[in-house]
Amino acid sequence: MSSLSSDDVANLARLARIQMSEEELVSFSNEFTVILNAVARVQEVAGADVEPTSHPLPLRNVFRPDVVVPSFTPKEALSGAPAQEESRFRVPQILGEEA
Amino acid sequence: MIRLSASEMAAKLANGETTSVELTQAHLDRIADVDTDVHAFLFVDTEGALAQAAAVDAKRAAGAKLAPLAGVPLALKDVMTQKGVPTTAGSKILEGWRPPYDSTVVTHLKNNDIVILGKTNMDEFAMGSSTENSAYGPTHNPWDLTRIPGGSSGGSSAALAAFEAPLAIGTDTGGSIRQPAAVTGTVGVKPTYGGVSRFGLIAFSSSLDQAGPCARSVLDAALLHEAIAGHDPKDSTSINAPVPQVVAAANSGDVKGMKIGVVKELNGDGYQSGVRTRFEESLELLAAAGAEIVEVSAPNFEYALAAYYLIAPSECSSNLARFDAMRYGLRVGDVDGASAESVMNLTREVGFGREVKRRIILGTYALSSGYYDAYYGSAQKVRTLITQDFNKAFEKCDVMVSPTCPTTAFKIGEKSNDPIAMYLNDIATIPVNMAGIGGMSLPSGLAPEDGLPVGFQIMAPAMADQRMYLVGAALEAALLTKWGAPLLSQAPVLAGK
Repeated sequence: MSSLSSDDVANLARLARIQMSEEELVSFSNEFTVILNAVARVQEVAGADVEPTSHPLPLRNVFRPDVVVPSFTPKEALSGAPAQEESRFRVPQILGEEA
Repeated sequence: MIRLSASEMAAKLANGETTSVELTQAHLDRIADVDTDVHAFLFVDTEGALAQAAAVDAKRAAGAKLAPLAGVPLALKDVMTQKGVPTTAGSKILEGWRPPYDSTVVTHLKNNDIVILGKTNMDEFAMGSSTENSAYGPTHNPWDLTRIPGGSSGGSSAALAAFEAPLAIGTDTGGSIRQPAAVTGTVGVKPTYGGVSRFGLIAFSSSLDQAGPCARSVLDAALLHEAIAGHDPKDSTSINAPVPQVVAAANSGDVKGMKIGVVKELNGDGYQSGVRTRFEESLELLAAAGAEIVEVSAPNFEYALAAYYLIAPSECSSNLARFDAMRYGLRVGDVDGASAESVMNLTREVGFGREVKRRIILGTYALSSGYYDAYYGSAQKVRTLITQDFNKAFEKCDVMVSPTCPTTAFKIGEKSNDPIAMYLNDIATIPVNMAGIGGMSLPSGLAPEDGLPVGFQIMAPAMADQRMYLVGAALEAALLTKWGAPLLSQAPVLAGK
């Protein structure tokens, strides 16, 4: 019987960078217990002798010629930016303040 | 005029009976009339569509050689980027975004002079089977406005059934083209994985996602299929091989001597009685057309749903990491001194809907250290077993068939609080995506008990898409003879304004 506590869900939400209310954590934890027990069925047939498939096509290292082609202008690249400054994306502070 | 098939419209354009501007305007008028009730569209590009139509008319007037569907209008699922046109994937996190580039599918549509009317509603990031997960409200099934039009390509299927467009583009990750087609009495095709480029298709589950044609007839779907398919250097997973000859197959419809394999596991318990009635009748019609009906078994299909709900969330948890509030889309909480991490957390809380969050968290769990082998790893092994089931079955038959969905369209709201019940809609469509092969759904009639459309699913080996069109065209012709008119002529007339 697999289950996820609301603390487990909180940790996963932190890893996935999604803020969640206490109420959401509890309801997700209840749902995940049901869903995980349904999907755990895959373990019944997944023997050690079965090769995993990650992709339907047997492709490896698809290359193309390294040719310079036209690309976005800075204006086009920034056209959807939530904030910009001097032809650059402006983002919130990423590193902590230096002492 | 709007009730004609796309190929009939194309013929009228070619012989000068109508113009693309006239045809496009007729569809824009229809949208203005009925879409308040249906809500198939998230954005109607009146100006862009009429400009494109005028340009095709000018080319035709100048005597240019045009593509088969030139001048015919189309509805585009909002998951495909179109330069300068709002593209949301049904999510608040992309509200107002206008992509700076065209998806390859859109490039093909434009090169074929197919007129793009606008963007259709969908479950957020294509996660759902009812279009109820759209952040912009549900789409209503034209057969009964209180019911779902299927999903995730529900806007595209509803637009076809409401005669708002004769052609549409959908995408199919676990059945998102075929199930909406089934419940709206339209035709939908998921081509072989890699048959149509994914460049500019906002990714949900990259190893499963596939764009494809939606239409009101098998021939129309084939014409659109050939217009959008083909190798694309911008998509490293697109297949570098000639496009299957699907138009020729749709025109032929010759199934004499073909072996049609009925999947033993995709019928019986859990399938509505009217769904089974219509399925059995279709088999009889195909046999009468000269096909040989055989039974095939796929014992691992019963694990497909469980494997899908591990693989798709795992891939989505990674794909949706790109919505980080930094380069495009929504940004919330960017106040003085706020960290990038807190802005991401707040933006994704507000920007994503419940089903999307549910799948991101589930995928994060399935891929996390200590659980990876038990969940994601096991699901990948099931994927191998399903592919082996298909390979073995295709030794005994040319195509495999089943009902597309276990039931007809359910009521809006009926399953929205029960994720597992909702996921069961896709039980017959998911195996196709897991193996990367082709699948088609076409209407097989109405269920006697509720008078709602039922879909017939045809599955063909990878890059043998033409076989689905052969069988689809044969069944469509036999049913048309029986009904005397297309199934959609039985749909209720929408009141409009």
